[in-house]
Amino acid sequence: MRALRLVLAMALALLPLRAAGEEVVAGLSQTRVSITTWFAGSEIFIYGAVKRAAPPPEGPPLDVVVAVMGPLTPVTVRRKSRELGVWVNGPGLHIDAAPSFYAVATTRPFRDVLSWTDDLRHRVGLDQVIRLIDAPLWSEGSRDDYLDAVVRLRRAQGAYYEHIGGVTVREETLFETRIELPAQLVEGDYTARIFLTRGGAVIDHFETSIAVRKVGIEYWVDTMAREQSAIYGTLSIVVALIAGWAASAAFRVIFP
Amino acid sequence: MNIYLPIAEVSVNVFLLLALGGGVGILSGLFGVGGGFLITPLLIFIGIPPAVAVATGTNQVAAASFSGVLTHWRRRTVDLKMGGVLLAGGLVGSAIGVQIFAWLRRLGHVEIFVSLCYVVFLGVVGGLMLAESIQARRRTRRGTVRRVRRHNWVHGLPLKMRFRQSNLYISAIPPFMVGLLVGVLAAVMGVGGGFIMVPAMIYILGMATSVVVGTSLFQILFVAAFTTLMHAILNQTVDALLAIVLIVGGVIGAQVGARLGPRLRAEELRIALSLLVLVVCLKLGFDLVRPPAELFSLAGAE
Repeated sequence: MRALRLVLAMALALLPLRAAGEEVVAGLSQTRVSITTWFAGSEIFIYGAVKRAAPPPEGPPLDVVVAVMGPLTPVTVRRKSRELGVWVNGPGLHIDAAPSFYAVATTRPFRDVLSWTDDLRHRVGLDQVIRLIDAPLWSEGSRDDYLDAVVRLRRAQGAYYEHIGGVTVREETLFETRIELPAQLVEGDYTARIFLTRGGAVIDHFETSIAVRKVGIEYWVDTMAREQSAIYGTLSIVVALIAGWAASAAFRVIFP
Repeated sequence: MNIYLPIAEVSVNVFLLLALGGGVGILSGLFGVGGGFLITPLLIFIGIPPAVAVATGTNQVAAASFSGVLTHWRRRTVDLKMGGVLLAGGLVGSAIGVQIFAWLRRLGHVEIFVSLCYVVFLGVVGGLMLAESIQARRRTRRGTVRRVRRHNWVHGLPLKMRFRQSNLYISAIPPFMVGLLVGVLAAVMGVGGGFIMVPAMIYILGMATSVVVGTSLFQILFVAAFTTLMHAILNQTVDALLAIVLIVGGVIGAQVGARLGPRLRAEELRIALSLLVLVVCLKLGFDLVRPPAELFSLAGAE
């Protein structure tokens, strides 16, 4: 009974604080991306508004950070070393789970809108992606070099990127951004997170997911390759033989 | 125009793939090599994950070699008996090669071994072939008759068989051993082995160049089909869409190659093949010695 009263008192104490605070309400232009044969990338439009009971507080301006993360996939990082005068790949660091895609869009320079501590807490920045990577203990050389390399190489591929100034905020209330999904997209559930910040501190955040799915031929081939691999393999060879025969026959007719 | 590949999970230009398949197909029909030693690195270069490149490359090689074999079959330039003996040796060899590969992997030196294998074999094969074919060309220019049949240790072995199409009466042991050796190398290096098989047939077995190409393709067809099936079942890395686009280019290229072949002189064909092999060798060798710009590389899960 006493415990209940305590909880009630705490809830009542928190209530005005919550009401005075600002909340994010957001939406996505699409929560489903279909990968077809001619898929050439996609663009997701993320928009929202700030819900508040009182007028916007004085002080630092409102900032918005949007982070979209792809499904976690395993990856092996290798480092070349010189052996007997030639450059060969050394032993690989196997990483169980690294985001296949990561995009961050902000209103202003990253460190201005999100403090170190809040970045660490919510794991938002591209530097923090590395912390999401579930890498095993590693004895060969420095592990951080390998993890840095993942981010650097993925950045070069365009799979990880930062878009400073990519989010526009209007009248401290409405915001919008566009996140480009590249053509090299991995199937799975993508998460979109939206953070409302003031003076580097997170006020509120919202999370939703985007389902990226192969459809049509893409879906059919992928499913068959995994679930009926023997038939799939045989079919691949049959197709190869038919194509080989067809070309031979066609050429015999055209150029006797 | 880009196409999204379902297994590779990348999007690539269709025309680039068609050209790639076509180019390698021409070489396949012309020289009797599967082209695996070219198509796999090229696919990796355009961004296909290595595991998918290796497996799908073999599927394209199967199609191109079948296309070439049919043309050679009609021309009666396929020695079935010789092909069968080579294939038997090849199957035994690839079983041994897979074991060697696993053993090297345990030792942890598989990368360096495979890289050096490529450079050494391509270099030796290309160099010898170039030297020999230049000599042969000089001889034909001067008008001296080349000794058709060289009698060496190969002809003193037991188990003699008559290979009618190849116009040979030799022991079955050398072809079997050639097949075995190529099978071992093919499994270790992840290639069909045509570029080693073709010179071995010409120089060790003394077969006529005209029969060599068709017979080599016949052997490669089986090896490639078998490898494709194994990759599809064990690794699920055969990308059907990628394969189809490559195959369309490949089979047409193979036809062009097979028709171009008889119009070219045998020595010149051999000089061209040896130059191609040497160029690939130099490129690989250069990549091994040159300090890389980026030390790190990413690969999918193993």
